[in-house]
Amino acid sequence: MAVQKNTSAIKSQPKHLLGIQNLSIQEAKKILEEAKAFISLNRSPSKKLDTLRGKTQINLFFEPSTRTQSSFDLAGKRLGADVMTMNVGNSALKKGETLIDTAMTLNAMHPDIIVIRHQDSGAPNLLSQKVNCAVINAGDGRREHPTQALLDALTIINRKKTIEGLKIAICGDILHSRVARSNIYLMNMLGAEVNVIGPKTLMPKSIERLGVKSFTDMKKGLDKCDIVMMLRLQNERMQGSFLPSKREYYEFFGLTPEKLKFASKDALIMHPGPMNRGVEIDTKLADDINVSLVKEQVELGVAVRMACLKIYCK
Amino acid sequence: MKEKILINARIIDPSQKMDEKGSVIIDDKGKIKMIGNNVTKSDAASSAEVIDLKNHIVIPGVVDMKAFVGEPGYEYKENFRTLSQAALAGGVTSVVTMPNTKPIIDNVSMVDFIIRRGRDKASINLYPCASLTRDIGGKEMSEFGLLSKKGIIGFTDVIKTVQNTETMAKIMDYASDIGVLIMQHVEDYELSKNGCINNGEVSTRLGLEGISYIAEKIIIERDLSLLSEFSCRYHINQISSKDSLDVIKRNKEKGLKFSVGVSINNLSLNENDIGDFKTFLKLSPPLRLEDDRTSLVSGIKSGLIDVIVSDHTPEDEEGKRLPFAQAATGAIGIETLLPLALEMHHNESLDLTKIIETLTINPAKILKINKGTLKKGSDADICVFDLDKPWVVNGDDLKSKSKNTAIEGRKLQGKVYMTFLNGDLVFKS
Repeated sequence: MAVQKNTSAIKSQPKHLLGIQNLSIQEAKKILEEAKAFISLNRSPSKKLDTLRGKTQINLFFEPSTRTQSSFDLAGKRLGADVMTMNVGNSALKKGETLIDTAMTLNAMHPDIIVIRHQDSGAPNLLSQKVNCAVINAGDGRREHPTQALLDALTIINRKKTIEGLKIAICGDILHSRVARSNIYLMNMLGAEVNVIGPKTLMPKSIERLGVKSFTDMKKGLDKCDIVMMLRLQNERMQGSFLPSKREYYEFFGLTPEKLKFASKDALIMHPGPMNRGVEIDTKLADDINVSLVKEQVELGVAVRMACLKIYCK
Repeated sequence: MKEKILINARIIDPSQKMDEKGSVIIDDKGKIKMIGNNVTKSDAASSAEVIDLKNHIVIPGVVDMKAFVGEPGYEYKENFRTLSQAALAGGVTSVVTMPNTKPIIDNVSMVDFIIRRGRDKASINLYPCASLTRDIGGKEMSEFGLLSKKGIIGFTDVIKTVQNTETMAKIMDYASDIGVLIMQHVEDYELSKNGCINNGEVSTRLGLEGISYIAEKIIIERDLSLLSEFSCRYHINQISSKDSLDVIKRNKEKGLKFSVGVSINNLSLNENDIGDFKTFLKLSPPLRLEDDRTSLVSGIKSGLIDVIVSDHTPEDEEGKRLPFAQAATGAIGIETLLPLALEMHHNESLDLTKIIETLTINPAKILKINKGTLKKGSDADICVFDLDKPWVVNGDDLKSKSKNTAIEGRKLQGKVYMTFLNGDLVFKS
């Protein structure tokens, strides 16, 4: 019946999930509410629904990904959609096919939703202008990764009941991180206070204009924080010498039990993965089930993506 | 050609400090015969054609120091015919063309080709540049002497900068001896690497790699240091930031002789206009902060900046319909150069005379050409415009072959009414 309702809705502009920046607080809360319902479903023995039966979902991944891709894959399948995943890599681009060409080709196959990851910021926005179906951004360049921020929010809410009033620190390579940007927008929107911490060379220009306080000192930045989000030090993006060495980075910015003491007593740790153990986070800390939410993030990721697919799939 | 008299004009010619109501007589050879408030119909031959300008403004034909024409190699973006039409519709009668064609204009036979081709196909005065270094490679200097003898007006690597300081020193040293004009794009590649817009809040939000103002400033500092040692004719193509202006001020005050240009885009837009990845606003140098924009306007007012250019860079849709980082750089602008510049008069940030000066006599002086003036005896290249006519920019209506205007939908005030080239009426709106 849900399917019936969706298709009969007036088709105005197709709605896309391109970034948290374009999202209203009501829309964000709606996704989180929907997602909550899927958490228990995903834990039950029978996980399959027919909400999206007859719908076609294309995962278009221009950049390699394991967890986001498999998460969207499972999410679609659990809702009953026909899911096709294309790992375009860089090869098609080298053959001269542009993003628009690919979009046109896929569009002709009448998908109902396209999930895209692309190495260029803004690529999902461009795609959304050229296709008739809904587009979900699964990470574009260093701009946004909205479903990651939403799953982080859900994970926090699951543990702390609410985000409002919390103090959240995001630490590490802010400059290259789309996860950091989406989280800054979303956590601010949901009423948290956000600190970003990292070396100056990995801090984007005018980051304070996004509504955060920026720190280069973990002690000051972590003070009274309820949530500590660590970011991956993205080696593959380090084209220049941003840092003297990984060792030096770990000394000043790696999260250790000692540094965690600067935060609130009951502070929890998050990481979008994949982790570089011993670079940005102490390996024991990462596995400590009392403080680390890493596994829960992955688990709730599927629920959040199911909610997004359900809401945005026309 | 019949003699012509243009009556009921407001004549603004900064080259002779003229701003008065009067008439212009164009003789039968297409030269200015008489001009000013005391010229009357009785001064013209009885057979002269009388053209009533209805109190519109007469200025010397605009001289645009930076435009790209697609020939050879990029005819699908622009050709001599379409560039001419766009130029004349914008009151531009003299155009300095860029050498980054395919092949690149860096040798004598290419110069012969484009001069012949331009003569056959263009209907404006063309002043071709050759590349500053061979193949725009930044390593070996072009044949400055031979190429200037063939008619090359200046040397530029367009949107590339000679990075090697020693090479630049040699170029300036050699150029100082033979008096050729060096036109430098100022950008340090290490600092601007992979950047596509200003490094600031917008680049942070859009997740794009930024270009710091320091990339521009540091090359200006370097080149001006070299210039104090090797005094050649040196021109900075385009500056984009307030900080560059400070360096320029300091050096001009020390008495160093050089000239500076700015693109009309950097005078009328800022980084916020990029909005949601508008690739038509991906420009080089990039659009910066509003504070930079207003500083550049003041730079014109104070005379630190000498010329305004269109930086006309036609790009087809294919090159622009890409993710921002991959999209082609540049926007068309030759047709809207003057009307957009007039905005600074209407919003009272610049005197009309000052604007006209930067579009006519100043570039002509830098190029050492006898244009940009309506003095008696000079070529009757004339632009007539209606200062107040409102219109809305629509890319599809522009005459350029490519439609990548940075000011789509902008409401402008002031439009070209007539353009004369060597006394012939070549455009009328």
